[in-house]
Order: sequence, then C-alpha cells, then structure tokens
Amino acid sequence: MKRPSFSFLTPVLTPVRVAYASLPFSVRRWTMPILLVLFFVVALLSPSFINLYWQQVLIYVGINIILTASLNLVNGYMGEFSVGHAGFMAVGAYVASILTVWVFPRWGLEAYIAYLFPIALLVGGLAAGLTGLVIAFPSFRTRGDYLAIVTLAWNMIVKSVLENIDAIGGPRGFMGMQKLTSVAWVYVWVVFTIYLLRNLVYSNFGRGTLSIREDEIASSLVSVDTRKVKITVFVVAAFFAGIAGGLFAHIIQFINPRSFSILKSTDVLVMVYLGGISSLGGSILGATVYTVLLELLRPLQVWRWVVGPLLLVLLMIFRPRGIMGMQEWPFLIPREERAERVAALMERIRGRREAFAATAPVGGSSD
Amino acid sequence: MQTLIQQVLNALQLGSVYALIALGYTMVYGIIRLINFAHGDIFMVSTYVAFFIGTALMSHALRLPGIVAFGLTMAAAMMVTALLAVLIERFAYKPLRQAPRVSAVITALGVGLFLENFTLATIGPDPRFLPRFFSVQTFTVGGVAFSNIQIIIIAVSAAVMLLLDTIVRRTMVGMAMRAVSWDKSTAPLMGVPVDSIISITFAIGASIAAVGGTLFGMVYTVDPYMGIRIGWWAFISAVVGGIGNIRGAMVGGYILGFVEIFTPVILPASTYRDFVAFSMLLLLLIFRPYGILGRPVAQKV
Repeated sequence: MKRPSFSFLTPVLTPVRVAYASLPFSVRRWTMPILLVLFFVVALLSPSFINLYWQQVLIYVGINIILTASLNLVNGYMGEFSVGHAGFMAVGAYVASILTVWVFPRWGLEAYIAYLFPIALLVGGLAAGLTGLVIAFPSFRTRGDYLAIVTLAWNMIVKSVLENIDAIGGPRGFMGMQKLTSVAWVYVWVVFTIYLLRNLVYSNFGRGTLSIREDEIASSLVSVDTRKVKITVFVVAAFFAGIAGGLFAHIIQFINPRSFSILKSTDVLVMVYLGGISSLGGSILGATVYTVLLELLRPLQVWRWVVGPLLLVLLMIFRPRGIMGMQEWPFLIPREERAERVAALMERIRGRREAFAATAPVGGSSD
Repeated sequence: MQTLIQQVLNALQLGSVYALIALGYTMVYGIIRLINFAHGDIFMVSTYVAFFIGTALMSHALRLPGIVAFGLTMAAAMMVTALLAVLIERFAYKPLRQAPRVSAVITALGVGLFLENFTLATIGPDPRFLPRFFSVQTFTVGGVAFSNIQIIIIAVSAAVMLLLDTIVRRTMVGMAMRAVSWDKSTAPLMGVPVDSIISITFAIGASIAAVGGTLFGMVYTVDPYMGIRIGWWAFISAVVGGIGNIRGAMVGGYILGFVEIFTPVILPASTYRDFVAFSMLLLLLIFRPYGILGRPVAQKV
C-alpha cells in the first residue's frame, strides 16, 4: 500500500521547521503548554460557535480517546487481550451518576453540582479501578485466550448484575443526570489521561509492562515484579474506563446495562486496533477517525453497523498494525528518549551507508 | 418429583442444542487454536436458512410429509452453513494463520458482528418462527408430560454427537484432524493436507451448529441477535468441558442446559442465569482453567 504523499508541503514546512529548531530550548519547551492552554480556551468557548450536534460528536471523540488509550495500555503495551472494557465503563458510569443524582442532592449540595462533577467522576473511576482487581488476579494464572474469556465473563457479569439491581432501574436503566459533560471538561480529562499514560509508559514501570508483553517469564527473571505491574496496569486502565463512563453518562443523560454490553467493548477494540497498538497517538487517531466515520455514515442507518465490523476484519488482514501501530508522535515521547531514538537511527543509517559503500561496485541496492 | 423430571427433560433439550454448538467452538479451537467467536452467529444464520427453506418446503403447493421436509431442511441448512463457514475460514482466518493469535480472535469477533448486523440490515429485526414440521403430541408417563418435539431434539442431537465422536475417533479424516491438532508442523510431513483438514473441520463444526439451529428453531423464535446469547452459552459450555476436547463440549453443553433451567428454580428470577453461568465460568477459569475434561498444558520455557 502506498503512503499518501505530502511532498508538495515541503517548501512551506521545511523553513518553518528549520526556524523552529533554531529557537533555544528554553523557548521551545513552552510550545506544548501554550498550545494546550490555547486549545482549552477554544474548547471553553466552543459552545458559542459549534452547534450542539458537533459538540456532542467532539465529546464522544474525547470519551472514546480516553477509552481507547486506556485499553491500549492493557492490549497494546502489556500485550494481554482484554475484551471487557465496557464493564469498567459501566461501573464508573453508574457510580458517578448515583453520586450526582442521589448522593450530592441528599447532602444539600445540588447548587454546587457542576463543581462536584469531577469528584463524582474520580469516585466512579476509583470504583472502576477497584473492580479492575477482579481481572488482575486471574491474570496471574492465565494468559492469552483464557484471560480474554475472563474479561468477557466480567463484562457479562457486570451487565447481568446491573440488570438485576432494581434500585438503580434494573434493565430499564438509570436517568436524571444533568448534562454536566462539556467539551472543555472532556478536553481536560483527555489531556490528563494522555499525559498520565505517557508518563507511565515511558517510566521504568512502563518498561516492565513492555517486557511482560515480549516475554513474561524472561521479564520476571530480570526482576520485573510482574504481579505488581499487572495489578497496576489493569487498575489504571479500569480507572480511566470508569472516568470515560462517568463522562458518557453525563452527556447521554440516560444509561442502561445494554449500553455497556460486549458490543461497546468491541467498539473500543476496533478503535485500539484501528489506531494501532502501543501508540497513544494511534489511540487518539483511531478514536477520532472511527467516531467521526460512524457519524458521517449515519445516513446509511442500520447498514452503518455493518461497516465497523467489516473495517475491523479488513484491517486485521491487510494492515494489522493499524494506522500507526508501535509508532508514536514525537511530541508524545519524552525528550531524552527522543534524543536516544534519533541517535540510534543515525547510527543505523551510518551503518547502512558503510555497508552500501562496501558493496557499491556491484551496484544496485535492494533498499 | 414430576416437575423435577419435567425440568430435567427441558434441561436435556436445551443442553443438547448448547452441546451441538459447543462442538463447533471446541473443534475449531482444537485444530487451529482460534476462539471462533463468529460461531454463534453462524448458528444464527443456519436457523435463518432453515426458516427460509423450511417455509418454502412446507408451503401447501408441495404437500411434502413433515418428516421429509424436516430432513431436507436440515440437510440444506447444514450445507449452506458449512459453505459459509468454509468461506469465512478461507477469506477471513486463513490470511491470518501466521499473524499473532490476537489478530485472528479480533477478526472472529468482527466476522460475528458483521453477520449479526448484515442479517439485521437485510432481513430485519422481527422474530420469526420455523414452520411446524410435526404436529405437537404430548405424552404423559407417570405424571410427566413431554412432547414428541422434545424427544426428537434430544434423540437427533445424541445421534449426531455419537456420529461425530465416531468420525473423530475411527475414520481417516478424524485421525488427520487429531494429527493437525497435535502438531501442525509435523502433520503435513506425514502427508496430511492441513488446509483441507482445517476446512473440513470448519464445515463439520458449522453443519453440527446447523443441526442445532434447525432443532432450536422448532421450539424458539429466530432473530438476528439470537446468536449472541446462545453462542456465548455454547462457548461457556466448551470452556467448562475443556476447550479443544470434544467429549468435554458435550458434557459442558448439558451442564449449561441444567444451569439455565435450574437457576430460576433456586434463585428468585431467571434474569440471574447469565450471572450464574458467567460466574461459574470465571471461577472455573481461576481454579481449573483447562476445564472438566481438559488436561493442563505446561508451558515450556
């Protein structure tokens, strides 16, 4: 497959790049914070210039980014295969909703509900994180297919339990949430999620996670505490799924157990593998592309649900790495690591050049 | 006591269907180590095939006797479904045989969802009924009432399972299947055509699911999403029995049949049945991950 060429942009981009690179680091380090604040302001003001429908799409994009990035931590970076992400989302959604609908008003805090919303989300996330232990402990004993079945069973159990608790509506669902989720809130949570996951992935702990993916036994031999890593990864992923669930509940304002079925989990899986495993940038792209694509396909009605699965199958066959599997946007890689990678790349290029020079008289390279 | 026997009969009836579908899961897993999540939806397609062909055959113009129409419907469903499964294997799974196993599992999930939504988009969501091949007769023996349909379901399933067991244990094809399952790289050296054997496995698994589908359609309604629930339950059956183990799948199917029928008897509501089944699965996977009849696999370092 040929990559799309953007070479016509080179005359414009190169001078900009050169000029930017010539700035001292003390200036360049502020680029990202300034951009983030700028985007935040735009997100804050967005209700005044984007219509409700596209605001909602943006919010779904954000929620899906959180879900995708957090599942990528388990499925991509740790190499396990979890298919029950919607289960954690459900826990977060229900806990956060119960807090904002029942608990806070009962404490007479109804007037401050907009400020308490992040607390509700955090509590929902923590509850979901706790239930992440349900998956973490079986993962000590089983791996691969069987762990996938465990996560699946977990998703089904959550759905079944929610259907049987009549106090929170059972199969009829739970409603009464205010529309507290806004573009700005989602933006903040997305930035927080990506920032935290990036720091996690590139930390010492993150190396442990990657080593489990490559070979669990070997990594335990080089003193990676595999149990601790697994617990942390599952809990963190579940926590963010719970946050996403809370945000989801407060935009759609009505949740029922069916919204968190295996279909939802499959959607997240599609986004992870569309974006590419072990790539936060890929998760952002995957979630965005898939969400917007489904919105654009809305005129197709039921047929649009045929597109997602078909896309997934074709993707797995023709481009199993997704859009940018195992690759990362440079700005999501910490600076030291980036420098190391550039050095390694230069080394490789030099090696190749020397090898080419040695064989040059024969002519023609296979490169 | 009479209700108990009655419930046991119901459980056997449902368990037979689960066991038939579980066989497909377990055979495919045994041979290429793939959890074929699309199998439940292949079963769903088979009931639709049975519905369309059965309705055509039972139309008044033909005046076929019920047993002939039933046999033809089942045979047609088996053939169409086997073809579908072979096509799915050929186009969706075969290109991924060298890829990481997760890719194939995700593809299977995708194929399943595709079948569901495609059926929904083309045929529509309304539940449908298979035509009555036999007039329902109810017998009462010692206070226990049972119908001829129930007997047919239990008997046909048992016969098919016996046949499959014989095929796998006594024929050359069965031996080849076991050989591929045992060692996929050595089997071709002994002259076993691995690709054909895998296709045959998919075909057999799907046609058994079609037997289950036709029988299931005689009692319950048919809708595009039925494959999800029945498929999952059959899948749990396969895992409970020890996935990859054919006799295990049969045992697991009946166990799940009993769980489904007896959950409402013991617990307050039938809505707890998913909870019970999946909790059972979870506990089993934690304490005996290789199932009731499976053998533990030691990992080589």
